[in-house]
Amino acid sequence: MAGHGTFQPKNPILKWLERRLPVLSLMHDSFVVYPVPRNLNYWWTFGGILSFMLAVQIVTGVVLAMHYTPTSSGAFDSVEHIMRDVNYGWLLRYIHANGASLFFLAAYIHIFRGLYYGSYKEPREVLWILGVIIFVLMMATAFMGYVLPWGQMSFWAATVITNLFSAIPGFGRAITQWLWGGYAVDQPTLQRFFSLHYLLPFMIAGVVVLHLWALHHVGQGNPLGIDVKSDRDTVPFTPYATAKDNFALICFVILLAWFVFYIPNFLGIPPDNYIPANPLQTPPHIVPEWYFLPFYAILRAIPNKLLGVVALFGSILVLFFLPWLDTSKVRSARFRPLYRQFFWVFVAVCIGLDYLGSKPAEGGYVIVARVLTAYYFLYFLVILPALGYLETPRPLPASISEPVLPEKSAAAVAMGARAPERKG
Amino acid sequence: MRKTALILACALATASSAVAEEQALAPRQSWSFAGPFGTFDRAQIQRGFHVYRDVCSACHAMKHVAFRNLAQPGGPGFSEAQAKQVASEYRINDGPNDKGEMFDRPGRLSDFFPSPDPNEQAARARFNGALPPDFSEIAKARGAEAGFPWVVFDAVRQYQEGGPDYIYAYLTGYGDPPAGVTLPPTQFWNNYFPGHRTAMRPPLQNGQVEYTDGTPTTTEQYSRDVTAFLMWVAEPHLEARKRIGFQVMIFLIVFGGLAYLSKKKVWADLH
Repeated sequence: MAGHGTFQPKNPILKWLERRLPVLSLMHDSFVVYPVPRNLNYWWTFGGILSFMLAVQIVTGVVLAMHYTPTSSGAFDSVEHIMRDVNYGWLLRYIHANGASLFFLAAYIHIFRGLYYGSYKEPREVLWILGVIIFVLMMATAFMGYVLPWGQMSFWAATVITNLFSAIPGFGRAITQWLWGGYAVDQPTLQRFFSLHYLLPFMIAGVVVLHLWALHHVGQGNPLGIDVKSDRDTVPFTPYATAKDNFALICFVILLAWFVFYIPNFLGIPPDNYIPANPLQTPPHIVPEWYFLPFYAILRAIPNKLLGVVALFGSILVLFFLPWLDTSKVRSARFRPLYRQFFWVFVAVCIGLDYLGSKPAEGGYVIVARVLTAYYFLYFLVILPALGYLETPRPLPASISEPVLPEKSAAAVAMGARAPERKG
Repeated sequence: MRKTALILACALATASSAVAEEQALAPRQSWSFAGPFGTFDRAQIQRGFHVYRDVCSACHAMKHVAFRNLAQPGGPGFSEAQAKQVASEYRINDGPNDKGEMFDRPGRLSDFFPSPDPNEQAARARFNGALPPDFSEIAKARGAEAGFPWVVFDAVRQYQEGGPDYIYAYLTGYGDPPAGVTLPPTQFWNNYFPGHRTAMRPPLQNGQVEYTDGTPTTTEQYSRDVTAFLMWVAEPHLEARKRIGFQVMIFLIVFGGLAYLSKKKVWADLH
């Protein structure tokens, strides 16, 4: 992405443009000749999937906003108007609601891929931090979007989440009222959430550009976690990565279509959100969307409200420091026998917390949630720093092309090309 | 570490059994609109509409549904003339006219179903403080969730009928309270209602609504028909959604297959 590219347009109009704004060679350098490691597996396709999902959310969201009314008396009815009377409004709304869920699914896979292959390590710390910023912005956007239909769950989720800020000593009450624009979640809250819900995706898009810039500057990681050493280690982005990303994207869209067309209310909209918001009636269980549940479980695992909120925000903030908490120089978990095991336990712990977040905070659930919360923090604050010193990594291969192309013989080369990925 | 994961799973299972049992889960019914090719049974939702009009509408509003919806594709299949006829049987409050007065007139296709009560307070006053819920989205606003991990299988089996299952179970779930429980005359025992005490007296009796197509006029049949009608009311574009969904799936699978083959071809020459 730096400097002047190798792209030489033939067309006189393009030549004219290129001399004045080298946007064509920028695109050419970034998405055509950009070298990618030849051993990338399908876990590396989620970056492209996420970009696509962001575009889908923005396009459907912009059209939905043309028909939506951000008022406490009109929001619910306007969403039903979209579902019933706007041409293909049901399709737009279901894509937008389920798209948000699958956006998070893709983001979580992308994050766990980064954890497994050590994608946050030198020189990709800033790339990682930009990713965490995108994640935080996504959470804010999704939460505010969830409030907009002004159903029961919208209203009570807004009440619970904004009340978290009341735990701040001294200023809590003032900050909460400032967020609400009044003394309770009401019309001003809905209207500002709508404004911010429209704004934040474009901020996400901006940070995505920085994320891609950093990525193209330092180059992609790869499953072996070793640096690219020669041209033999890489292939051009087009057609190799584009063909692979394209196939993975279509598979992901099939999953999205399954939810949108056949079970649109499974992940997207819980029954309580088809009941208009009623400030006088609390639903029996206030449950956030599945992608917030691990953090919700951490919040409720701590008996003290302030400490619970600190743990909730801490569980996200700790990700910013991950590049320095992991003391091992070896990137890929494939060569880290101990780390790999702790990693899979961490995955299980996150799924467990997700389940516990959907359960009432009582009895055995709370005890298990506390154990899992403890592991969540120990993993980042104790296990990762200590492992760098305690673990003996397996020997790293000399280059990316070495294990991929083990012999000069044609047969071996063909096999290697077909299965560049081997289980570590 | 594999062992640790196993212990975690066991701990989770114990935790879930430690928490007190909740509401009885509504049994699953077989509905014509379930599954990837589900469609509404026109005759059934027409009968369900009659049950709504003759019984439920005395207390329950349906404010997001217009008379024109009765004649739209994917619905009960009334003709436009029939929908007009239905509309004209309702009195709609309109105005103000050029004298500044509100007036009543017969309903038109563009009108929405009128509410039985002028406002929420009036409804509550009529029902000892209870509010009969609006029916527009009720089939999606109720659920019968199986809980993790069965819920994962429901995603694969495309189970989205928790609302109708609950409504049917509720309508047919009235019974005598267990020994030792006495209810005030304004409350009724229902096996599926959360907390069991519902303010609605058993609404459907055998023979209450006349069917012209020979369908048995039983409480179970009324409940089934009106539930199917309510599902259409809540999701009027369900048929179009599933039909388009199948076309999209076919397209994506073919497209995905081609994308896979081109990926294979591109990567095959990599040496």
